[in-house]
Amino acid sequence: MIQDLLHSSPGLSNFVIFFLLATVFLFVILGFVTYAILAERKVLGFMQGRYGPNQVGGRWGLLQTVADVLKLLLKEDLIPKAADRPLFILAPVVAFAPAFMVVAAIPFTDRLQFADIGVGLLYYIAVSGMTTVGILVGAWASNNKYSLLGGMRAAAQMISYEIPLVMSVLGIALLAGSINLNEIVEAQEKGWFILWQPIAFIVFFIAAVAELNRVPFDLAEAENELVAGFHTEYSGFRWAMFMLAEYVYMFAMCALITVLFLGGWLPLPFLGFIPGAVWFALKFSLVVFILIWFRATFPRIRADQLMEFAWKVLLPVALANIFLTALLKEFLNIF
Amino acid sequence: MIRTEEMLLNVGPQHPSTHGVFRLVLKIDGEIIVEATPVIGYLHRGTEKLAENLQYTQIIPYTDRMDYISAMTNNYVICHAVETMMGIQVPERAEYLRVLAMELNRVASHLLWWGTYILDFGATSPLLYAFRERELIINLLNELSGARITFNYMRVGGVKWDAPEGWIEKVADFVPYMREQLKGYHDLVTGNEIFLNRTKGIGKYTKEDALNYSLSGPNLRCTGIKWDLRKDEPYSIYDRFDFNVVTREDGDAYSRYECRLAEIEESLKIIEQAAEQFPKDGETMAKVPKIIKVPKGEGFVRIEASRGEIGCYIASDGKKEPYRMKFRRPSFYNLQILPKLLKGENISNLIAILGAVDIVLGEVDG
Repeated sequence: MIQDLLHSSPGLSNFVIFFLLATVFLFVILGFVTYAILAERKVLGFMQGRYGPNQVGGRWGLLQTVADVLKLLLKEDLIPKAADRPLFILAPVVAFAPAFMVVAAIPFTDRLQFADIGVGLLYYIAVSGMTTVGILVGAWASNNKYSLLGGMRAAAQMISYEIPLVMSVLGIALLAGSINLNEIVEAQEKGWFILWQPIAFIVFFIAAVAELNRVPFDLAEAENELVAGFHTEYSGFRWAMFMLAEYVYMFAMCALITVLFLGGWLPLPFLGFIPGAVWFALKFSLVVFILIWFRATFPRIRADQLMEFAWKVLLPVALANIFLTALLKEFLNIF
Repeated sequence: MIRTEEMLLNVGPQHPSTHGVFRLVLKIDGEIIVEATPVIGYLHRGTEKLAENLQYTQIIPYTDRMDYISAMTNNYVICHAVETMMGIQVPERAEYLRVLAMELNRVASHLLWWGTYILDFGATSPLLYAFRERELIINLLNELSGARITFNYMRVGGVKWDAPEGWIEKVADFVPYMREQLKGYHDLVTGNEIFLNRTKGIGKYTKEDALNYSLSGPNLRCTGIKWDLRKDEPYSIYDRFDFNVVTREDGDAYSRYECRLAEIEESLKIIEQAAEQFPKDGETMAKVPKIIKVPKGEGFVRIEASRGEIGCYIASDGKKEPYRMKFRRPSFYNLQILPKLLKGENISNLIAILGAVDIVLGEVDG
């Protein structure tokens, strides 16, 4: 249906449909973010020997995040006097918009996808890089030294991790013969790429954690060093936008990992009767859980060590992986 | 030609990782620290001056508030100073209770340090594990003294209360539990590659520097100098216990980390032995005059607190208040080396170095 709409001539009616669909999708994502935050707090609580939210919304704290968001929305809109006003207001939007845009390209099942883009993978990587601009702009506009340091780190980090990230998925592109996400999933009928591309998976996962700005790579925030990093001066709903962007990225990145390495909606052998959407949800949840697990376990790496790690370890490994993959494809002739 | 200039960054007094109201004015070039100037005094309450108008027993609660993480050792140092000057013999049972309280407090103090130090690196879980164990100690000390942090437990000539029924058994039970947990600590943090990368070779100083800057406690022992007052100038009944003085050779943040964790084990040894030898009955308070008057003269004692040597100097003119009282507060002395260590370091290392010094601002500011 969406394909037809996309190919139809622009008009008021399909604009309204797009707008409505986007709104629905936004609410789906917001629903995810709400419960991802709750899940994160619950899992962290479980791992750290405490309860986590258990007051608002029953004993599972089901409405805790809703209450938190309400509080954030009702907060006074503070803009520091010394801040660069237009940029300060613009930055959270710039950070959030690409996060939402990339989700459109992700195929949840063979039918449930908003935009089947021919170069889906490339689209994801290109658009997701834009968030860093938002972070940098926000950091600069805050006119705060801690923010500036955080923003500079975010920029440096992006350059370092984006390259191994792209290099590691090249192996998959080689094997699948396509950078269309649907075709990548279909290519995994012969075995998930985590089995064919274990090295790429590890490199990609590490780079993905860095891209998500999560522990152990949360240098841009680094609350113990930089107070709150790039969003030191942000509060209320502007801060919520940054957080939202972060969690939507978590959603997008986990979905991407599922698509690229875990076979998307493809079932395990003999379990084909379970619908693809359930499989996708299960794999996706597993990846989210691992990310939360990371957060409970690791200390933060130092900025210069991250650079060293990205350039001296991840990048050569990813390059070697491309070479290996090419050999594999040439001689084994499976794909 | 790009023109770069140094930036002045004000860290603290309300910074999450300065462990209190400590302020550092940093001159940074990019992320490299060119100059660091510590500013202290935000928590200065004038304990020493206040002491001049208080009777000796009344001063004890004030010492709780100096090093509030390890208040028992502070309690002890003032009692010990007065007892030494007055020549009071403390009953055996009281000595055992004091040692147990001090060593438990040392474990609690090191645990708190461990948790917060790892927290400085962004790992949140260890903090909660450390607090879980610390809570047990705090509960034990609460049963003993009636307070959780500011114990005010010791008195000139003994301790305020005897241990409640079954307390010694609880302490004895705690030791094997804590040993088990320590293993988990090592599994979780000590071998972590990121943690090693962030602490090994960071904030390094030599033996000579350590001595010149008058460092003490784990900050001194991490350079390989075997100096622990519990061993070298035994006070109380420390000569009755079999324990080792922990030293490391490297003098970096990681060796300070190792020192402190190993010291927890040594403290557990002492607690175990003390609980075993604990006398069945006896007094917990010596015969002390109602109004304590220290004989005219001067006296100085020093003991090994959690953070280093804490000393107490009393100048008395024979009245019930001291003429002058001075505390050698280890955190204050340990902090002095900070500007030297920070020079030329990355700003991320700032917290690794500051955290490893293990300061308590109540003690730094007095």
